[in-house]
Amino acid sequence: MEPKTSAQVCGMGHSMKRKEDPRFIRGRGNYVDDIQLPGMLHMDIVRSPFAHAKIKSINTDKAMKVPGVLAVITGETLAKYNLHWMPTLMSDTQMVLPTEKVMYQAQEVAAVIATDRYIAADGVEAVEVDYDPLPVVVDPFQALLPGAPVLRTDKKDKKDNRIFHWEAGDRAATDQAFAQADVVVKQDMYIPRIHVASIETCGCVADFDRVTGKLTVYMTTQAPHAIRTVFALVAGHVGLSEEKIRIVSPDIGGGFGGKVPVYPGYVIAVAASVVIGKPVKWVEDRMENLQADSFARDYHIHAELAAKKDGTMTALKIKTVADHGYTDAAANPSKFPAGLFSICTGSYDLKRAFAEVDGVYTNKPPGGIAYRCSFRVTEAAHCIERITDVLAQELKMDPAELRMKNFIPKEKFPYKSALGWEYDSGDYPAALQKAMDKIGYAELRKEQAEKRARGELMGIGISSFTEIVGAGPSKQFDILGIKMFDSAEIRVHPTGKVIARFGTKSQGQGHETTYAQIVAEELGIPAAHVQVEEGDTDTAPYGLGTYASRSTPTAGAAGAMAARKIRDKAKKIAAHLLECAEDDLVWETGKFSVKGSPQRSKTIQDIALAAYTNHPQGMEAGLEAVSYYDPPNLTFPFGSYICVVDIDRGTGMVKIRRFVAVDDCGNIINPMIVDGQVHGGLTMGMAPALLEEISYDEDGNIQGGSFMDYLVPTAMETPAWELDKTVTPSPHHPLGAKGVGESATVGAPPAIVNAVVDALAHLGVRHVDIPITPEKVWKILKEKGAAE
Amino acid sequence: MATHKITVTVNGAAREADVESRLLLVHLLRESFRLTGTHIGCDTTHCGACTVLLDGQPVKSCTVLAVQADGREVSTVEGLERDGKLHPVQEGFWEKHGLQCGYCTPGMLMTGCALLARTKEPSEQDIREAISGNLCRCTGYVNIVQAIQYAAAKLRER
Repeated sequence: MEPKTSAQVCGMGHSMKRKEDPRFIRGRGNYVDDIQLPGMLHMDIVRSPFAHAKIKSINTDKAMKVPGVLAVITGETLAKYNLHWMPTLMSDTQMVLPTEKVMYQAQEVAAVIATDRYIAADGVEAVEVDYDPLPVVVDPFQALLPGAPVLRTDKKDKKDNRIFHWEAGDRAATDQAFAQADVVVKQDMYIPRIHVASIETCGCVADFDRVTGKLTVYMTTQAPHAIRTVFALVAGHVGLSEEKIRIVSPDIGGGFGGKVPVYPGYVIAVAASVVIGKPVKWVEDRMENLQADSFARDYHIHAELAAKKDGTMTALKIKTVADHGYTDAAANPSKFPAGLFSICTGSYDLKRAFAEVDGVYTNKPPGGIAYRCSFRVTEAAHCIERITDVLAQELKMDPAELRMKNFIPKEKFPYKSALGWEYDSGDYPAALQKAMDKIGYAELRKEQAEKRARGELMGIGISSFTEIVGAGPSKQFDILGIKMFDSAEIRVHPTGKVIARFGTKSQGQGHETTYAQIVAEELGIPAAHVQVEEGDTDTAPYGLGTYASRSTPTAGAAGAMAARKIRDKAKKIAAHLLECAEDDLVWETGKFSVKGSPQRSKTIQDIALAAYTNHPQGMEAGLEAVSYYDPPNLTFPFGSYICVVDIDRGTGMVKIRRFVAVDDCGNIINPMIVDGQVHGGLTMGMAPALLEEISYDEDGNIQGGSFMDYLVPTAMETPAWELDKTVTPSPHHPLGAKGVGESATVGAPPAIVNAVVDALAHLGVRHVDIPITPEKVWKILKEKGAAE
Repeated sequence: MATHKITVTVNGAAREADVESRLLLVHLLRESFRLTGTHIGCDTTHCGACTVLLDGQPVKSCTVLAVQADGREVSTVEGLERDGKLHPVQEGFWEKHGLQCGYCTPGMLMTGCALLARTKEPSEQDIREAISGNLCRCTGYVNIVQAIQYAAAKLRER
């Protein structure tokens, strides 16, 4: 799409260099750990070595004798203020610090406050905790068995470990469709527990001013406004009042969902600052980050797909057990305990579907956050794209042909899915065809046949995913009752320059640039003249934050709507200045002119000046607007990815030879940034497919609790991604945009798995669980007699 | 705990400090000298966010004791820009969208500088190997490779 604005204005469609980069490339970013306040103290945390244990005693005497240690905070300390438990976003409860027992390895047990971080660490070493180990429940299926130890003994009436049962769709109609099907395929698949591992860990500086009663918290949060309200609700009884709480989310070193939750460390640091009256910094290290912060995924899925002989899919049935750890601290909208998993019918015109999820408590850290995707959408996409390939294999059909046969046709949009979503727009065959053409699909199939005849292992995998992002319409979506709108506030200064503030918070997505381009597009004021700010609750309008690819769909839309309000007022001022009727004016980028006499015009800059110096009588001075945008629907970005892998028969190593990604995120604001988002998303899609997993042994000891064995991809494993796009605008978004930050993380894993299974299919392999490690592949090859 | 008086040349200027034996170079830079461009991302020398040059060689400053830098030269991201002019590697990262959240960026820049100091015309594979000790979670490395290639071309023009 050709940009409508000039390169000087730099509205939508321009690959504008990022406005935030000059500070980052000079080392002048301002992250939480860079903040140093006068008199600031440091906090470090004592953590449990056991996954489930009664706390018999905590002896802080030795720690308090370490020179420089000022306080040791325990559950008993917090209990005095009734702050030892806090609510989760899913209306469950979570310990801030325990008073009776610990529920997972690395759980917070006590916090040491000291004059520097080294001394705080010395203090942690000196705290003596006496534990009495309890039986550990690691496996969620065993947790559901009668007779399993009930973990949440804090809940009086709780007699088992089930958190929730959720279902969507028509079970009876789906069963009937299965009974009538020519073919039924079934597959178990496990989407393992992983961790976002943003390169910046989590932390905060809590600064309570005893004189003014004001609490300022600089923290690594993706949702500062919601956090402020949560703090006011959780600590209202000890005197924290919302107008006296300021949350500042400074530069954030990657979020990916991991910086949505309220972790105990934040709350303890706030309590410490309130009690001691000095600023307290807490920054977790990497091992704490991986071992205790919210996990993602951990879905045990059983999927069944019914079809006719000719490959027409007729019904989908899914049963899932979701391991939530010891509390339900998922970051989902309140009415959606399984997130948006009901997008599991994917890109296909499935008439019948039924899905159910049981959430389960185990002795593991809580979480259920996103890992760079909208709520549980990756799990859903993995499931449908995998079972589709299982069906193709069963029918001996080409997986591309099977997809083409079952795609929701372009003319059926807006499309109502069997599980109740209204897909806004799509053209799935076009995206897949483009990917096939770009990669040379037919030639690759020929090459594969030749290689197979020679005993070489090569596979081609497809994933044609549909996302559901941009939560969301307030009729369905809220977090703790707060509706999931988002906001923008735009002020045009007398000289025609702009400050624009938003309720979201970039963690690397480039909002300072893309939002400026949106304002430029709508007002014709150069993006270079638009200063974007986010993340300070004292100045920015209220919003729900940045996650689930919601910034462009919600706050971006709010930016456009606020700009349009400004344009409406500007039109009135222009009519006044040009002494004509409003109806006689036409807008073209950056100016109003009189119909038929284009030389009579006023630029937006002229109008801005007049708004402060010569505004019409009876009109308020100034030129500014606020919009709280409540989207009428979600957006449904989609794409088709094709992956080619070669497998080494000697080592089981999977090498991604080529990976073509065709994405469709609707209209594009900054093509350079969109490509960057896709590159990053693909890499975070490859990561769990081939490398990353956090598992636990039978005693609940974490495996993968540091970067020694939690394998984040380096430049060596990451292929040179090949990108392309189609553009199908969203019909309801004011800019036709859909959001893009997470598409690739959702779409990439099944493409890689499908390629690996395709390479091994002739050996009788139908499924491999991720991560597909060399060891796992080598064992399969050995078992099938194909290892070298 | 014993303390030591050390002198370290940081970005060309000699700086003195009294340090504990156990103080890490990264904390000396960030907390004593307030050069916060060098970041910390892990505890196991894997992520490379803390990469600085020690006598011209890239090191992970979370795994170097401050006392080990006594009498030596340290270069950090803050020293890359000279006389108001960006280093070509900085230019490349901006030009080619080689950063998103910016957290790994200083370490990547320093590693890139060290590579280009020893190789004028690095291949894509050379670049990928050079930065394989620096983790980036946002970019997928594609544009980082291009940013360093851009810088290499700029430096060759000089």
